Amino acid sequence: MIVSLDVFYVLVGLLFAACAVMTVRDRTNPRRVTTALFWGLYALVYLLGERLPPAVAGGLMIAMALVAGCGFVKPGRADVLPEATRRASAVRLGSRLLVPALAIPVVTMLGSVVLKDVHVGARFLLDPKNVTLVSMGCGSIAALALACWLTRTTPLQGVREARRLIDAMSWAVVLPHMLAVLGLLFSEAGVGKAVAHVATSYFPLDSRLLACAAFCVGMALFTVVMGNGFAAFPVIAGGIGIPVLVGVYRADPAVMAAIGMFSAYCGTLMTPMAANFNVVPAALLELTDKNAVIKAQLPTALPLLGANILLLYFLMYR
Amino acid sequence: MHTAVNLWPLLGIAAVAAGFLLRANPVLVVIAACGVTGRAAHLPVAHLLESLGGAFIKTRNLPLILLLPLAAIGLLERFGLKEHAQAGIARIRSATTGRLLTVYLLAREVAAAFGLTSLGGHPNMVRPLVAPMAEAAAEARHGALSEGLRQRIRAMSAATDNVGLFFGEDVFVAFGAIVLMQTILKAEGIEVDPVRMALWGLPTAVTAFVIHAWNLRRLDRRIARESARETVAGRAR
Repeated sequence: MIVSLDVFYVLVGLLFAACAVMTVRDRTNPRRVTTALFWGLYALVYLLGERLPPAVAGGLMIAMALVAGCGFVKPGRADVLPEATRRASAVRLGSRLLVPALAIPVVTMLGSVVLKDVHVGARFLLDPKNVTLVSMGCGSIAALALACWLTRTTPLQGVREARRLIDAMSWAVVLPHMLAVLGLLFSEAGVGKAVAHVATSYFPLDSRLLACAAFCVGMALFTVVMGNGFAAFPVIAGGIGIPVLVGVYRADPAVMAAIGMFSAYCGTLMTPMAANFNVVPAALLELTDKNAVIKAQLPTALPLLGANILLLYFLMYR
Repeated sequence: MHTAVNLWPLLGIAAVAAGFLLRANPVLVVIAACGVTGRAAHLPVAHLLESLGGAFIKTRNLPLILLLPLAAIGLLERFGLKEHAQAGIARIRSATTGRLLTVYLLAREVAAAFGLTSLGGHPNMVRPLVAPMAEAAAEARHGALSEGLRQRIRAMSAATDNVGLFFGEDVFVAFGAIVLMQTILKAEGIEVDPVRMALWGLPTAVTAFVIHAWNLRRLDRRIARESARETVAGRAR
């Protein structure tokens, strides 16, 4: 393929390296050396990638966690234009400001729907295994180019602005990545099997309503723990859904599967383990309470979980 | 009863739960849980380190979706994207925070149901457009907002994006979750038509919309109530 994911790994690596360099020279940052070290180590992960020996990469990850965990990652003072200047600029540029922002989804869709099978010679234009991500990368580059042209600035200013946003999110940037590592370790260590064993051995499944409730709540709880519905589904469907709901109560497997996966999603709305949906947005929107997004989602997730139990109970025979 | 299942790795889950309850730094919690899980599963330290490192490299595609749009979005913010979006929403007289977010919820859910999941997201839609517009809609009606209310509106904007995405995408037949469910059921000897699985997701998708739209109405009432109280308090002062 011509445009592969590796291109964007290098670009992100360079972005983090630039963050490190800008941070070490930033006198407004009270922890500039350790903060620069943190972003520098992360840059290595992207720039060297598979060339890093796994044990070294593991060491890098632990070092980053210790630097962040001890409070050594701090933001510098953000350099933003005064509000009056921004208002004047908004009036001057008007709706043209929306064009680069909308270019990201538009190019992503074009790439993943139209360009996905395009070949140049014998090679794919876009990496066929990562079409969406690669298309989104192209969309982001196009958006940056449009934004630079529209505002008459350089891509370097774009890098400075990206650093401002990364600084504001701080270590929350790496949390989803580290949680994914923990998820993989959980499955390697057999955590899923242990949970399924406990769930099927100790919960009463001898009435249809209880079995439905145990299945839906089990999906949600296991997702709360793992942070990912895809990890919960095989375990709970294999432990309760298929043997009990389908095997004993003769439920329609399609209904069981669909409502089961949605019950898992109710769990995703309630857990800090799903960091990229719940913790990162709180950081991105500069909320003081890191659990504010989860709290806003509870009044939707809990009634919906109850509704799922009833929907499964009444719809399982079609 | 003799069981061959090793229950000790459950300690990893306990470590995560304890860490979050004690409000320890989440990054430290994750590393501690990795250590506990590795010990409980009797992985040697060198092997554990290699497992972690291998997984860290393999999953580095995950943060890209957050990181790639930042340069463009940051640049547009510098030159007034938020201010433009806010001025636009303030001109629509019937706009309230709840109504605006309900429209976004519907658009996000329907688009995701047709597989267009990239038409939203926290870095490229919620931060630069949806949250500022939701705030501006409340300000245009009720004047300046208290900091608590402002944060609540932002959190609800992020929540709306999540709810719309989750309960829309699973209705799309080619979505990964449907493929995963089909694969797992097939492994158990059960053949299911993916279209039927997507269709049986619809009742939950509709319920999710109704419940969240109701919560957005409650947000509108809360904004009106708290702003009225502030105005009265302001006059008294």
